[in-house]
Amino acid sequence: MRRVSVIGGGHTRFMANSPNTGLELLAEASMEAVINSKISPRDIQAVYCGNVLGDFSEGQGMIQSYLANEIGCNYVPATKFEGACATGTIAVRDAAMWVASGVYDIVLVCGVEKATAMGTPLATRTFAMFGDSRFEYPAGFTFPAVFAMLAHLYASRYHIPLEKLKEQMAYVSIQSHYYGVKNPNAQFQKEITLEKVLGGPMVTTPLQLLDCCPFSDGAAAVILASEEVAKKLTDKPVYIAGSGQASSGHLASQYQYLPRIQAREISVKQAYGMAGVGPKDIDVCELHDCFSIASIIAVESLGFADFGTAGKLWEKGETKINGKIPINISGGLKAKGHPIGATGISQVYEITRQLRGELVDQGRQVEGAKTGLVDTLGGDGIVANLVLKRD
Amino acid sequence: MKYKLNFYTYSNALKKNQLLGLKCRSCGTITCPPIMVCRKCADSDQEVVQLTGKGTIETFTTTFVAPMGREVEAPYTIVMVALDEGPWISGNLIDIDPARVDMTIIGSRVTFGHKIFPGDSYSSGQAARPLFSINHSLQLMENNI
Repeated sequence: MRRVSVIGGGHTRFMANSPNTGLELLAEASMEAVINSKISPRDIQAVYCGNVLGDFSEGQGMIQSYLANEIGCNYVPATKFEGACATGTIAVRDAAMWVASGVYDIVLVCGVEKATAMGTPLATRTFAMFGDSRFEYPAGFTFPAVFAMLAHLYASRYHIPLEKLKEQMAYVSIQSHYYGVKNPNAQFQKEITLEKVLGGPMVTTPLQLLDCCPFSDGAAAVILASEEVAKKLTDKPVYIAGSGQASSGHLASQYQYLPRIQAREISVKQAYGMAGVGPKDIDVCELHDCFSIASIIAVESLGFADFGTAGKLWEKGETKINGKIPINISGGLKAKGHPIGATGISQVYEITRQLRGELVDQGRQVEGAKTGLVDTLGGDGIVANLVLKRD
Repeated sequence: MKYKLNFYTYSNALKKNQLLGLKCRSCGTITCPPIMVCRKCADSDQEVVQLTGKGTIETFTTTFVAPMGREVEAPYTIVMVALDEGPWISGNLIDIDPARVDMTIIGSRVTFGHKIFPGDSYSSGQAARPLFSINHSLQLMENNI
């Protein structure tokens, strides 16, 4: 297997009510990636595209084929991936396999969502499709409800008073907004306070509005290349050193493990193992903070905190740039936004930029970062992880 | 390979307040709701069994923002219940004001019923879901044993 490098990327601003169509967003991010990778669209040998709800939001399926046409890489194989909110990361992982195997030298991975076009009621309905339609949806499951139940279970299992946990959860959102202000592509560029989080409208107990990431429109793209090609095109190649992915059944079926997510523990172990690293080697991490409690649950599975203790990391600022483990310095899904087909690719591009040292001007650079981790969760069961490294 | 207990059979039994599950002839594990094989050992040699529907609330949420078409149901409480036979199932908690539902309901003993979700534009027909009710007399009875 050959080493695979991320040689460039592109990213639209994430927002509500984008004036562009989904295809336009996808093409803008993709062309930005092509241009800053110093290649031509005709150099792209295959397209791997993440898009989850284009059929509901715009009546558009098969967007991957139109994207290839839109940017002039005609007739290449273009394949769409769907893994709910983990879509982008599984697209990057599979695309990397094609380059690693030697079939292709240069591929485009891109993802898009235009979720706000649906409006909140339909968006809530369609996002609930990534839970079980037979055994969960009839009881009124929504996505916030899944994490709300995990929050109550977390408080109960680890004997943390709910008020204390809620405060720790609030610090997760507050930090995300703090970095969102510094990220020009973030949907929310405004700081929030503890009072504001705890005073917000209740979505589903105990999650209030500012515990939840938004619906978003936006796109992201990266170009992957073989090591040989990468070294010709960039003096700062970042490599996909390890990857992992795992699946699960519906939430209640995971009862012997909850509130831990076993799929994440399996996936990240694969990624760490393949890269030959462990949690202590990670300099910066983008993880799947769809809800404030999701971050707390995730860092424990990723090995950055003992089970039942992760809330303290945010409370003490250990997740900031100069902390023990910098997390979601992009603003995360909470402040940067969460266009689900693009999210994983956005995370990969963010970590790539961190490892290349490109975020100094934005005041978001983790100094000297060499190894980064991407963590993405789809529905109540797909988890994908990538370890990125520079030499 | 045919299902021992498919969704429609499970859902139709639920409509008569019967909770069906699968018992693995190989390892004895109960799987509910049903899947094709044993959830623990993946053996396909499964026997359909009727479960008591009795269990304990493990976690919950009261939802105020409902999906499209279900706005009139909000606020409603979802619970995950550990059945006495082992597996957890999800359903709605009734006979309690959603505003009064808090952490103290975790660990409560519940009894079982059902309610039909009629389906919407994106569902393939109706589906029965479990309803649970905190049963104080059941709790007292069990505490006295």
